This record gives sequence, C-alpha cells and structure tokens, in this order.
Amino acid sequence: MSPDAPGLPPSLRTLAASLRTRSIGAEELARSLLDDIAASPLNAFLDVRPEVTLAQARAADARIARGEARPLEGVPIAHKDVLVTRDWVSSAASKILANYRSPFDATVVARLSAAGMVTLGKLNCDEFAMGSTNENSAFGAVHNPWDLAAIPGGSSGGSAAAVAGGLTPAATGTDTGGSIRQPAAFCGVTGIKPTYGRASRYGLIAYASSLDQAGPLARSAEDCALMLSAMCGFDPLDATSLELPPEDFAKALQTPFAGAAQAPLQGLVIGLPREFFGAGLAPDVAQAIQSAIDQLTALGARCVEVRLPRTELAIPAYYVIAPAEASSNLSRFDGVRYGHRAADPRDLRDLYRRSRAEGFGAEVQRRILVGTYVLSHGYYDAYYLRAQKVRRLVAADFDQAFTQCDVIAGPVAPTVAWDLGAHRDDPLADYLADIFTLPASLAGLPGLSMPVGFGAQRRPVGLQLIGPRLQESLLLRVAHQYQLATDWHLRRPAQPAPVDH
Amino acid sequence: MLSRQDVLRLAELARLAIDDDQADQTLLGLTAVFDLIGQLEQADVSDTEPLVHPGADPALGVRLRADRVTESIDRQANQVSAPRTANGLYLVPRVIE
Repeated sequence: MSPDAPGLPPSLRTLAASLRTRSIGAEELARSLLDDIAASPLNAFLDVRPEVTLAQARAADARIARGEARPLEGVPIAHKDVLVTRDWVSSAASKILANYRSPFDATVVARLSAAGMVTLGKLNCDEFAMGSTNENSAFGAVHNPWDLAAIPGGSSGGSAAAVAGGLTPAATGTDTGGSIRQPAAFCGVTGIKPTYGRASRYGLIAYASSLDQAGPLARSAEDCALMLSAMCGFDPLDATSLELPPEDFAKALQTPFAGAAQAPLQGLVIGLPREFFGAGLAPDVAQAIQSAIDQLTALGARCVEVRLPRTELAIPAYYVIAPAEASSNLSRFDGVRYGHRAADPRDLRDLYRRSRAEGFGAEVQRRILVGTYVLSHGYYDAYYLRAQKVRRLVAADFDQAFTQCDVIAGPVAPTVAWDLGAHRDDPLADYLADIFTLPASLAGLPGLSMPVGFGAQRRPVGLQLIGPRLQESLLLRVAHQYQLATDWHLRRPAQPAPVDH
Repeated sequence: MLSRQDVLRLAELARLAIDDDQADQTLLGLTAVFDLIGQLEQADVSDTEPLVHPGADPALGVRLRADRVTESIDRQANQVSAPRTANGLYLVPRVIE
C-alpha cells in the first residue's frame, strides 16, 4: 500500500465489511494495490490492466451503494496464470502462449467474480505449473518477499508471494503435486488444495488432469474458507467435478470440536506419519513443526504416530503419471491454433517441431519427453500402469492411517525456501523436495498449509494438514483454532524497496 | 539405459526439434529422471488395481452431458490468438503437393 493509504485489514471478512460500510472504497483500494504492484520488485504479476480492474471496482462500489453487495463485493484477488481469463492474457507463464487471449473465464474465476471479487491481474508461476521454485517461468522468477534472494516456491509462487508481499489480500493457485501448499509454506501464507473434484478444472490449462486442482491462498484459514466456499461447486463442464451440494466453509469454522468445553481441539486425534519426520527433514523445520504440534496439543488435540509406508514411492509414481498426462495435454500446442509459431516453416512437421521447441522451456520439454517415453509401446506396463498401481497403494496407506486419526499433520517441505538458482544444475533436487506433498496429491485428498514459524535465515515454515476425502472443513477448523491462539499468520515481511519503472 | 538414439526418437515422437548439441544435454537430464522413476520396480504391486484418477468410481463410469446445443463457439474470439488465419480458417504450410 502507498504510505498514505490504509493498510490491508487482517482478514477478508473485515475487508469485505469495510467495503460494505463504505469506510473504504473498492476503487480506492484497487488503485492503491495497482500502484503497489507497479512498484513491486517481486515479479509476481504477469499481466495487469488497470482500466479493466478499475471498471470492476467501480461496478462493485455501485453495487454496494445500491445495497446489492455480494459476499466478497469489492475484495481484490489475483489469479494464477494457468487459469484462463477473458480480460487478461493467459500464458501459463510460457512463451508458447505468450499472447493468448481466452474467449472465456475459467469456472473458478467466474465464480469468484460472481461473489463480487475484483481482479487485479494474472500471477506468475512455473511454466504450465511444472516446477517447485517458480524459476521455470518464461518471464523470470518470482522473489520471496521474506528474502528477495530466496525462491517463493512453486508452482503457484506468484500467488504466494503476492499475498505475502501485501499486493493482494487473496489469490488463486493450482496444486498438482504441492503447488499451492509448498509456496504457501515458503512465503508464510495459508493455502488449501481441496479434494480432487471439488473445484472445477474448466479453464484450468491442463498439466496433469488426474491431479490438477485449484484452491485459494490468503492470509488465514478463515480467508481461505470464505474463498473456497465461493470457488467450489458442481460444474457440468468438468467431467470429474463432484456433484455435491454447496458448502459454507466459513460458517463451518464456528462448529466447535466435541470436547470444546474443556479445550478448543479436545477430542481431535492428529496422526503424525513417521515417514514425514525422518532423516531428510532439516532440523530448523523439524523444530518449528514440533512447536506447532505442541501448540495443537496444548489446544487439546491428541497425537498418535501413523505410518504412510509408500511416501518415498510417491515421488517416482508422480514423476511418471504427471509427465505422462502432460505429454498428452501439451500436444495441443502445435503452433497452429494458438501461441507461438516458428518462422518460415519448411512443412507442417517442421512447423510443429520448431514451434514447440522454441515455445516450451527446458523443464516442460523434459517432462514431455519423459511422458512420451513412459506411454510408448513396450514401456506402458513397466512405468505408467505400475505407477497407477502404486498410486492405489499410496491412497490405501491414507485409508489405513485415517482409521487411527482424524487429520494428518507434518511438514510441507523438508527445508525452508532455498536460494534462487541453488538447484540450477540439479532439477532432480526439486523433485525430491516434493516428497511430503505428493502423497496427498496422488490420493486426491485435501491438504492445507499454514505458517507456523521461521527456520534458517528467518525463512517461513509451513505445517501441512491432510484430511480424509471431502474433509476440507475439518482442516480449516483445526487451522482456524491454531490461528486464533497464535499470530504467525499475521507476521509480514519488511516491505522491499520499490522499483522505479 | 537410455541412449542418444532414444532421445532423438522420443523428440521425434513428441514433435520437439532437438539438434545434436542439445541431445547430449537432454540425455543427461532424462537419465537422472529415469534413475528416479526406476525405483518403481521395488514396489510390490501384485493384486493391485491401477488408480486412474482419485475421483474414479468404476460403478458410475464417466459422466456424460446431454447431447444438446448449449452455446455456440465464437470463431472470431477463438482465433484471436491464432498465428495465421484467413476467412475463419487456420493457415499452415502446404500439406499436399
């Protein structure tokens, strides 16, 4: 926010109330944030169109004046670039879609607009959401607001950095193997990946269709609950959308736990998977996670050890399944119907080969090649089919664990955010760091990340909560109780020096 | 063990132009990935059915939409981002001589 503007209130609920009572105007708020975005050194935004945003904000102010405010009227949001938008470029942070204009809005974008939210623009991410550092963006890496030398995480790195840096109170992200939870953890914000099928994938530029899921990133569990209520719902345009009645996740936060008369979380059993606390976990992260678990225990929860024996196998299973689906999904980018086309093609084959080679970055090409291999004749059973069987076993591990506990808790990532460029020569190091987020992705389970302290170099640590299928509200209730008793989610980084353009 | 020839064959299947210089670099990256995914061999998957997607319920099958017109495609809006079009058609190099 500019120095003379009021700071962003601590929650979306209070922000929506301030807008509704007209103690702050939607246009004034949007204008102030657009100024901050223009001056920000984070590189979190890829496309900003002030005239479109301000028109939306004025319409919100008019609705409020008429007494027709919708639940999140005038509240600003920004969308990850893999979600298509009619009014902003949707590039998926790829050169191959550099100027792509979608003829429609993704369902989750349309639903959040229908709740009254004002869109600030599109957020940087790893190209086609493939990556854990944001360094795979064709438009430059995003910086972590807590330390500009650090990665923000990925692939929804722009989303997490923009929320942490105060450029937007809320953002959408997508999570295929941890892409909401890990950047939320690295940037000290709260994020939730809902159960597979909760949020529509219509208009989500596909990476791995059996894993992709959209979700919110914001300051708190309460903010995420408000957004999730608006985002989710049955969509006939997505064949895997679940036919469920609408759920008010924010209202559910008021439901007390069984033993709440004694302590807020009394009666809750938290499972701690032994495999999440092994030698690979950095001591600074382990310490912050332990403090968070102690706090949850102090709030009345009881902890038990559970086992997720296929945790390590989740890595190779994911890195077969996701590239296989990616190689198929990305075959549509051929230089004919949209995006980059190579100059002076000799023939159609040359046009395809060079447009794709010029348009896709190195990591995307690597995953396409891996996917092509594991799906090719003679290797399908050994890799793809086998990975899908391991996927069933990973899901079965969770079923077994949830017979002993209500939710599972553990670290989001083995370390805090590393330095930009640290894994440049070793992309596999990024793959291995996904170990704690991949199992829930493969099983399609809801997973939440919330800030619980700081590790080395004062970089944030996130606690992951994993729930049984469709138990988002349970995760949000646990996180909400934790956040009522602690203030990690309210900590903000020092404002970096603005950049003059 | 993946060979340079394999890389070039895969690149051809995936329609990715890779020149000779890049092939060695690509081979290096892919070999590391294949070492990782080779770990799947250790898994005991006997008597296990594949899980295609986590919402999959074989009893329900795939949900289909009713076969009726709901909206029509705005061809012009669709082609705004196309590299080359003429009269509503996509232009590509000559396919049949």
